[in-house]
Amino acid sequence: MMLARLFALYLLAALPLHAEEVVAGLSQARVSITANFAGSEILVFGAVKREAPIPEDAPLDVIITVAGPSDAVIVRRKARRFGIWVNTDAVEIDTAPSFYAVSSTAPLVDILSDTEDLRHKISIPRAIRAIGNAGTVDDTEEFNKALMRIRTRSGLYQLHPGTIELTEETLFRGGVALPSNLTVGDYTTRIFLVRGGEVIDAYETTLPVNKVGLERWIYTLAHEKPLIYGILSLIIAIVAGWGASTVFRYIRG
Amino acid sequence: MQIYLPIAEISVNAFLLLGLGGLVGILSGMFGVGGGFLMTPFLFFIGIPPAVAVATGANQIVASSISGVIAHFRRKTVDLKMGSVLLAGGLVGAALGVLLFNYLKQMGQVELLVQLFYVVFLGVIGALMFVESLNAIRRMSRPGTVRKRRQHNWVHSLPFKMKFRTSGLYISAIPPLLVGLAVGILAAIMGVGGGFIMVPAMIYMLGMPTKVVVGTSLYQIIFVTAFTTLLHATTNYTVDMVLAVFLLVGGVVGAQIGTRIGVRMKAEQLRVLLALMVLGVCGKLALDLLLMPSELYSLAAAGQ
Repeated sequence: MMLARLFALYLLAALPLHAEEVVAGLSQARVSITANFAGSEILVFGAVKREAPIPEDAPLDVIITVAGPSDAVIVRRKARRFGIWVNTDAVEIDTAPSFYAVSSTAPLVDILSDTEDLRHKISIPRAIRAIGNAGTVDDTEEFNKALMRIRTRSGLYQLHPGTIELTEETLFRGGVALPSNLTVGDYTTRIFLVRGGEVIDAYETTLPVNKVGLERWIYTLAHEKPLIYGILSLIIAIVAGWGASTVFRYIRG
Repeated sequence: MQIYLPIAEISVNAFLLLGLGGLVGILSGMFGVGGGFLMTPFLFFIGIPPAVAVATGANQIVASSISGVIAHFRRKTVDLKMGSVLLAGGLVGAALGVLLFNYLKQMGQVELLVQLFYVVFLGVIGALMFVESLNAIRRMSRPGTVRKRRQHNWVHSLPFKMKFRTSGLYISAIPPLLVGLAVGILAAIMGVGGGFIMVPAMIYMLGMPTKVVVGTSLYQIIFVTAFTTLLHATTNYTVDMVLAVFLLVGGVVGAQIGTRIGVRMKAEQLRVLLALMVLGVCGKLALDLLLMPSELYSLAAAGQ
């Protein structure tokens, strides 16, 4: 009895927070990197579940992020030494996602408050953790910007404001294009419902990206049995070289 | 058709790789060089990571050298004894080269090292070849000039003399060991067989007869590059089998076409063309070092 009352109280307390919930799915359960992998388009779709009428105070917005496995990255800067351009300064960035895409119904600055961005690490600069980065340079901010610039240019960091279609504040769909130069691992897809700058609900799911078939076999062999892999590479080279000379000798007569 | 390279971890056009292999094959067939010194920079240009380009280049040279050395064995133009002495130096050199390569990779200077080696060696060899072949063309228009005889130089006063029957030489084992060592270091760092350095060194420093030079150089290059491939595969995991296969197939076909084109051209004209091409590649790499790059920053995985 006591327990039931407590539970009812909890529900009442929780209700305003979760008045709107996100229900979502991806078009693919996994991404397989095969020999002819040239990138992949992931469709994210879903709906907003609510038991009360649509609140009128602020419009609803949706943000979708897809993040690849994070790693430490060394950013190096070139400077002119003895007339040639040489790597001189380096900064290690503690953790940066190997891939990061943010799609939203409107530009992030208009729909998301700074505190909420900081809490959920949604925008690209927030997704990179650069605090306490080791190095001997004083302008570490330049190195963070360089990381974002280089990865944005190679399609690894993507910002797509206004690409999510939201119908009647209930149904939404958006897509993320994964490039061909992906790092393997678990990709985290997060969906945020945002109203008046505040995140009102979030949903998270994992999308595994793996090499399969021959690609996987070669990669695993090269890293786990490097000597056998090296010898196998040589055998291929020897057979190819010997075979080529024999075949062309026959063709020439 | 895009093909995903499992070790380089990028997707490239398969026909681009076949074409690249074919182009380098044509050039190597025309000029009688391994083509590694052209292949590796070309791989840089299409975006293959330098470490993968160097290691995979070495693997590809194993195949093209084997294909070439078989013909030389038939014609008995391989000096096995000289080749083995060069090889002894070459293996030590390759090990030193890979050590240096890995050390500089940690310091983030490996690209610089590889590029500097290319600029210096392509520049020197290209310039020498260009001047030498222009002189040869000029000599042809003035018949009657006699070539200078080989001189008795410092090489002949060193200890540990050995008899090299096929080459008809009785010289110290030290110069071939040193030549082998130097070429071994170059092979590991530049991902080349080193034929374009080995061949002039054998002719001008060791005084070997021209007819045994190419076969002997190919013979020892097979072992040095095979050793380099193994070292790169076990220490850096940077040999890309898929990339190697595509380059090989293109290269083998290209070499046959190149040989046929080469037969129809005069040797001096070929050498001038090769020299110009070597200088062109050298110039491009030198500009990359000298001009301010459009992106000053570069990324690398930490803890490698």
